[in-house]
Amino acid sequence: MCNPVQPQPCPILSVRQESAHEWTFRVATDARPQHGQFMQLSIPKVGEAPISVSAQGEGWLEFTIRSVGRVTNVIFQKQPGDLLFLRGPYGKGWPVEALRGKHLVVLTGGTGLAPVRSLLNMAAADPGFARSVHLVSGFKNEAGIVFHQELEAWRSSFTTLYALDNDPREGWRTGLVPSFVPEIPFDSFGGDYAVLVVGPPPMMKFTGLALMANGVEAEKVWMSFERKMSCAVGKCGHCRIDEVYVCLDGPVFPYTVARDLVD
Amino acid sequence: MSYALSIGQADQALRALAERYDIYAPKRFPKQGRFSDTDVIRYDKVERASDIVWDVKSDYPAKEVITPIQQAIFYFAEEEYRASRGRQRPILLFARPCDIHAQKIQARIMAGNGGFTDHYYARVRERVKFILMECAGGDDTCFCVSMGTNAVEPADYAAAVRFRPDGLLIKTEDPELEAAFSLGAPSDFAPEFVTENQRTVTLPDLEDKAVRQALKAHPMWRQFDKRCISCGACTVACSTCTCFTTRDLTYGDNPEAGERRRVTASCQIAGFDQMAGQKEFRSAAGDRMRYKVLHKFHDYKARFGEGHMCVGCGRCTHRCPEMISITATVEKMNAAIAEIKAGLAQSEQEVDRHV
Repeated sequence: MCNPVQPQPCPILSVRQESAHEWTFRVATDARPQHGQFMQLSIPKVGEAPISVSAQGEGWLEFTIRSVGRVTNVIFQKQPGDLLFLRGPYGKGWPVEALRGKHLVVLTGGTGLAPVRSLLNMAAADPGFARSVHLVSGFKNEAGIVFHQELEAWRSSFTTLYALDNDPREGWRTGLVPSFVPEIPFDSFGGDYAVLVVGPPPMMKFTGLALMANGVEAEKVWMSFERKMSCAVGKCGHCRIDEVYVCLDGPVFPYTVARDLVD
Repeated sequence: MSYALSIGQADQALRALAERYDIYAPKRFPKQGRFSDTDVIRYDKVERASDIVWDVKSDYPAKEVITPIQQAIFYFAEEEYRASRGRQRPILLFARPCDIHAQKIQARIMAGNGGFTDHYYARVRERVKFILMECAGGDDTCFCVSMGTNAVEPADYAAAVRFRPDGLLIKTEDPELEAAFSLGAPSDFAPEFVTENQRTVTLPDLEDKAVRQALKAHPMWRQFDKRCISCGACTVACSTCTCFTTRDLTYGDNPEAGERRRVTASCQIAGFDQMAGQKEFRSAAGDRMRYKVLHKFHDYKARFGEGHMCVGCGRCTHRCPEMISITATVEKMNAAIAEIKAGLAQSEQEVDRHV
């Protein structure tokens, strides 16, 4: 009988520190997730957690993990050659076809950059994918910045605005992501745009409100949620909000759905 | 066929069936109740007809046989997670109509939601045959008639039974059970169903999204912030609740080996929605109550379309140490909905006047 929660052993290929608290693990696997989908990552003795896929290539996936919680803390003792256990991919990712040929606006808070990283790298590698890309990425502080190399590389292909919440940094702005929404030239897009938002819940809530206040159409906005999960297949109940299961119907939701969900 | 069996004949029938089946039914556990010198009635393996408690409703639901409080789902060692083997023998499960309906609800989640069938649910469920226990009316917490779960169809069970102090009447539907019970005298027994409970509820009308959103913010939920102690007793007693958490544990002698367990989880207990390093979404008991009650009386039906996620068994009311009644809560919700609708109608009138 098929067991949808059976984890498969996958060797770690490399471990790279992204920030003071975040590490990226590259793991050998044949799984081919769509941009924005997630996997369930298991460590024997510790448990299982949903982790978004931050990059992918032929035969490997990358996961960027913050050192909090029981599952994630033990991961940081792992070395290349050690095993992680994976199952998935799960959920609905970014609506890639609906984004093609549009002016793409991506707003991220903190490690929320991870679930949209593979999509951004695809857009950077294929200039024909989007008419333009506006990336606004905010981080709490210097120590919280992830994907340093890519953030710099994306400056040449995207219109970028990077910010720390309170601290000054050279070439960066100071302030919260929602406060930069008025600077995005939505009027120049002729209605032909799509907006992706991903970050901590308060950041997404206030970014959504700022987008609406600036005349952005709700139908052109998508948000990616993160919730507690034990199964990722619609059984354990932890990620349910109203009649929606984040593991099955998300993690990416149209804003028209996301704005009305009450945890 | 229907038969009348004495206690002795019923014991003989159960002995014969036990050669093939594990037989589960509500059983009395003396002095294991919540208060001193009280009993608890819960599902367990039975051997004799006299083991089966039929004259009062069990404190805990039949679901414990199918989705147990905890179970090992994997054993792990170094490079492998190996699924536990699970039960091998078929099961006869004595259950009232509410508990049989509850399994239809659990099935929509465990063997349907998102197109995934849970291996651990399915491997037990496919071995279960129900023996319908005719219900004489339950107790003062029951409201199955309001929920439409008071009756079941012959296709839902393998046999139906009416217990009496001196024996039982049984009607078999499944030919495999025929031989065991045919030692009794022929009878014209057919099961009857409860048509009225002491308690009734009016199902809330939550079709309107604006009403629903207003209800979520209504002050009625705040009274549960202190009244509900977030113990989760209602979840464990619920015939339909399915939520679980996954936990790993290691064996003392070899910390590299262990098992992954599935443990019942309650949305009423703090931390149910808490992710590592983040604050919970529902930090007050009233918010958790709102989440549960709306799931039972709106959200489940909105997703699956057929009926609510409550069978009116009343066990949550019966087990709540704070005397929170689900029927009273639903009526409270109905009053709040009426108030919200009146408010919305009034503001619409005002808009019309301004237009």
